[in-house]
Amino acid sequence: MALSTPIAVRLVLLAPLVLCGCAGASAGWQSALQPHGTQAMALNRLIWILIGVGAIVWVAVMLVLAGALARRSRSARAGHTVDTNTERRMGRAVGSAVLATALIILGLTLTSFLLTRGLSASDARALEIEIRGHQWWWEITYLSSQADQVFTTANEIHVPVGRTIHLQLAAADVIHSFWVPNLAGKQDLIPGRDNSLTFAAQRPGVYRGQCAEFCGLQRAHMALLVIVDPPEAFEHWRRAQLTPAANPTDPQQAEGRKVFTSKPCAACHTVQGTSAAATIGPDLTHVASRRYIAAGLLQTTRGSLAAWIADPQTLKPGNNMPDVPLTATELQAVSAYLAALK
Amino acid sequence: MKPGRTSLLLLALTLCACQREERQFRLDPPISASLQAVASMPDGISGAPPDTYRVLGKPYASNAYNLSQGKQLYTWFNCNGCHANGGGETGPAFLDGWWRYGPDIISIFVSIRDGRPRGMPAFRDRLTTEQIWQLAGYVQTIGAYSAKTAAPARDDAMQSRPAENRAPAKSSFASDQWPYPPQ
Repeated sequence: MALSTPIAVRLVLLAPLVLCGCAGASAGWQSALQPHGTQAMALNRLIWILIGVGAIVWVAVMLVLAGALARRSRSARAGHTVDTNTERRMGRAVGSAVLATALIILGLTLTSFLLTRGLSASDARALEIEIRGHQWWWEITYLSSQADQVFTTANEIHVPVGRTIHLQLAAADVIHSFWVPNLAGKQDLIPGRDNSLTFAAQRPGVYRGQCAEFCGLQRAHMALLVIVDPPEAFEHWRRAQLTPAANPTDPQQAEGRKVFTSKPCAACHTVQGTSAAATIGPDLTHVASRRYIAAGLLQTTRGSLAAWIADPQTLKPGNNMPDVPLTATELQAVSAYLAALK
Repeated sequence: MKPGRTSLLLLALTLCACQREERQFRLDPPISASLQAVASMPDGISGAPPDTYRVLGKPYASNAYNLSQGKQLYTWFNCNGCHANGGGETGPAFLDGWWRYGPDIISIFVSIRDGRPRGMPAFRDRLTTEQIWQLAGYVQTIGAYSAKTAAPARDDAMQSRPAENRAPAKSSFASDQWPYPPQ
């Protein structure tokens, strides 16, 4: 761009770039500007009120400033005399500006208080879910007062529409942060400290969240999905998650289960209904029912499962899944078995 | 010294600090397979590491990332259950610097991989070869005879023992009270 281009023109040329950023942020399933949860709606309303009031104040100040500059050049020509009447009017103008500032700040504080008061309100029949952040995946446990109704999954939360959800947030290693912008605000998961977050989704759909605190190399690959279902669909899903893993239906899957339980796989993962019962890695009892593996890295298919098992350190360098040496036959068998764990 | 030269020297010294330790996340499969080939003595005590281990620069004894991974495995695979934080309980202690099967990394590797009589289980089907190396490297630091330049990540919890690079066993050797026969 030529040096002589006026600054105003440059700003106008830059504007589309900035707007692109906004459009990206507002696209669909991971956007604070398309709220579908009670809490996100309150936050959205608040931010627009703040922007609106701020814009009006800014415009008013700029108009007064422009007026004052214009008057100054006129009065400078006419000579500098102020009579008592003008002085009184000037005093009144300054006084009312100060009063307006105080009232606006008070008003915004009250609005913020009233709109965010309900953010952490929970009720007795809220669904309790514990979320534990790991490098780099989410461990999700549906809690219940009955022990046989508790189950664990990973990287995918299903919730019934309309019901209040109470998340208990914890971390296993470093600080992570839970943020599903369409549904609620942000809350940190801190090792050794109990945090919580409440939300209620207003519309069925699939919403995406990502760790919102730098937690290491693969933070970009620490995503989770919140799937908001109608109540019957949620209940159906919950019942399915409570069942043990599906039994192998063909010899290859049976072989896969044998490989899984006899190799290092079983030293870190759980598959309910088999001897694999370790809790270091994600629970794989219903791994094929989830849309993504490795915290949003790949869509769940038999091929992506096999690729992940064959070379996790190339796909997500630094994660804690080791390269386990398997023969081609073993790899085929294990991927067939896991892909059948619906 | 002239101010120009001093500042150049200072700049050079500052740039030295930019060198960061290499983290190797992935070993090529042939290399990780060759790390399995430890030539231990017939009694399972001491031996020679595979040549690849030396060519790689003994990463499991000197690389902080590998030591940290080993420390994580120590907790995850419940070494604490028998050896506690190195102080020993059902299993022998590491902190005292007395190694039943010798102080070198090969003996520790073989102990973890193949197990030992009187209760030490074999982890060859539970850990990959690389993980066994990482764990062996970490366990060796707990009862090391001399201080190391690399240390694993610090504990968040209260310290129950000296830091892993502090050579806790050294004082035991200096003492006349040391109860064990020389190794």
